[in-house]
Amino acid sequence: MSIPVLKFDAVIVGAGGAGLRSAIQLSEAGLKTAVLSKVFPTRSHTVAAQGGVAASLGNSEEDHWHWHMYDTVKGSDWLGDQDAIEFMVRKANECVVELEHYGMPFDRTDNGKIYQRPFGGHMSNFGEKPVRRSCAAADRTGHAMLHAMYQRNVKANTQFFVEWMALDLIRDSEGHVLGVTAMEMETGQVVIFHTRATIFATGGAGRIFYSSTNAFINTGDGLGMAARAGIPLEDMEFWQFHPTGVAGAGVLITEGVRGEGGILRNANKERFMERYAPNAKDLASRDVVSRAMTTEINEGRGCGVNKDYVLLDITHLDPNTIMKRLPGIREIGLQFAGVDCIKEPLPVVPTCHYQMGGIPTHYSGRVVTPQNGDYNTIVPGFYAAGECACASVHGANRLGTNSLLDLLVFGKSAGDSAVEDLKAGKAHRELPKDAAEKSLARIAALDSRKGGANVHETRLAMQRTMQNHAGVFRFGDLLKSGVEKILEVEKAARELEIKDKSMAWNTARTEALEMENLIEVAKATMISAEARKESRGAHVRDDAPDTPEFPNGRNDAEWLKHTLFNPVDNSISYKPVNMQPLTVEPIALKTRSY
Amino acid sequence: MERADYERLRWRCIRRALLELDISLTRFLDEDFESLSEEQKQVFVEMADMEDHDLWYLISGQEECTDPRYAPIVALLRKS
Ligand SMILES: Cc1cc2nc3c(=O)[nH]c(=O)nc-3n(C[C@H](O)[C@H](O)[C@H](O)COP(=O)(O)OP(=O)(O)OC[C@H]3O[C@@H](n4cnc5c(N)ncnc54)[C@H](O)[C@@H]3O)c2cc1C
Repeated sequence: MSIPVLKFDAVIVGAGGAGLRSAIQLSEAGLKTAVLSKVFPTRSHTVAAQGGVAASLGNSEEDHWHWHMYDTVKGSDWLGDQDAIEFMVRKANECVVELEHYGMPFDRTDNGKIYQRPFGGHMSNFGEKPVRRSCAAADRTGHAMLHAMYQRNVKANTQFFVEWMALDLIRDSEGHVLGVTAMEMETGQVVIFHTRATIFATGGAGRIFYSSTNAFINTGDGLGMAARAGIPLEDMEFWQFHPTGVAGAGVLITEGVRGEGGILRNANKERFMERYAPNAKDLASRDVVSRAMTTEINEGRGCGVNKDYVLLDITHLDPNTIMKRLPGIREIGLQFAGVDCIKEPLPVVPTCHYQMGGIPTHYSGRVVTPQNGDYNTIVPGFYAAGECACASVHGANRLGTNSLLDLLVFGKSAGDSAVEDLKAGKAHRELPKDAAEKSLARIAALDSRKGGANVHETRLAMQRTMQNHAGVFRFGDLLKSGVEKILEVEKAARELEIKDKSMAWNTARTEALEMENLIEVAKATMISAEARKESRGAHVRDDAPDTPEFPNGRNDAEWLKHTLFNPVDNSISYKPVNMQPLTVEPIALKTRSY
Repeated sequence: MERADYERLRWRCIRRALLELDISLTRFLDEDFESLSEEQKQVFVEMADMEDHDLWYLISGQEECTDPRYAPIVALLRKS
């Protein structure tokens, strides 16, 4: 079968914040650039971001990139690479101002500067007191950001392939990346994008968990494609959970609800946070609250028939306050829990929110992999940015508003690096004869298989396994049995069957292909989490408790290192954390406490 | 509605930018869409094209529904 080949200088998979930002660099440098997206660009999940983007502009009060750097290193529980973190925070102002020039309608102060508000974990003077560092555009920050960058790309002649799904990375025998295979959903046609540079900006994979704040689109396709092409995934055990997602639905209930006086209660109506955090109570940090909730549920004090959630109570607040100060919350309760929060408490559970790990990259956006003893060997022609990449700036835990910054800074630097490499003038390398074989075989198998596993059931089995065995609070024995279970689910995921065999708009096939990506991410997460025997940041193990020798359960002597999951044989190796910033002194190890 | 048109619409409903819409629209397609008249189905196709925040504000009642063609569909989308 002959497969059409489209030749471009660069293909970018993903039209969210990271993809659009890198596309601007390439197109404006005059390179022929294609951007692929499963959905219209401004339907990418970046739209959901409301909190804002961090930059130490110092518009509202004194601020400095070095303070921002300190907060990010501390937030990461020292697992973030300090060279990449310095790079990111120092580029922040430039990237935000650029965005303003692209037409992003930031909120403004009376004197016309970008207005900044405080956000958890962002402090002044090396952790002293909260600082106003977040820049937002009303409650539509992500949305406004995508619009501004999409317009800029249209002007620069970026070519968009909307409702196209990338299937597999194409590599030659020397490991060079030569593009991707992709399927046009409208026709079901598979095409080769033959390029000199390939950038992945495919976003997160939060749908591996049963309870997730992520939209359905976050299926980790970039990670799945990288894994199938033999590229290891970094720090996949680290997932940030948000304490208050609506039980069953996952929809996020903002921290603001507890800020306004919301109280968490167990089945006995007890305000249990008083026991876990006597001072901060319900306003303790995300991880403390999430773990307390999980302990209540695990010890049988959860609510409902299955005792599997706790309650967020705001019935004591004045209904007018709820309507005025917490717009949209009542509607979320009504629509997704069938509960009117003015009269009844809301059912909530800790919910997967953000993926810290991903495809390993250098801060230049180039993908790196271990080879012959060098941990950071560049994979020629391959770049990644945004939530699918691991630079690593978020380490073991991300600070809010740092991910929008991540996608701007590293989207741009991945684009710049690609431009630099392409200007060095390498021609298109020859495509291997079997460039599309793997993808075609996967599709053919889906189309012909009889008696295989059901996609919906397999996804559910994976999500429940991840939630129960690798959730917000982890246990050695559960992780062990989780590894066995997820490998069982993987078998089913390799044998999926779909009923619909049509070519055009076959959503069943698309969802099956997404499932093949999700399982790669789930497996990497479970195996990496089982292997890391300490607690650090978002990875908290019952068998690595807080002791004087190991505060918070963190063990730097043994575990100050990045995990690399090798998808070829499910093995784990480790690489050192880069503790050496670019120009300043290293931020020395300390116990992370707020 | 032709199969391909329906499946295109389905994709555009089950892969939104906001999780709120993924859930609401999937439920609507599975439970209510078939009961619409052909004309109403076309109105829904138009609604599905809206920006995510605008559509969610309409469904959640944070914004008033001023288009009389949308009202009966919004009512169905709202029911939990
Ligand atoms: C509810 C919520 C609120 C948040 N709020 C904030 C906030 O206030 N501040 C902050 O900093 N961060 C926030 N975050 C995190 C932040 O929004 C994300 O990390 C970030 O937007 C990810 O951007 P991205 O460009 O990497 O990916 P996305 O915006 O998710 O884009 C991914 C793109 O890849 C495309 N794609 C994926 N797979 C394929 C494929 N196989 N073929 C073709 N295209 C593909 C998709 O179509 C899409 O265009 C929030 C997250 C959530 C869930």
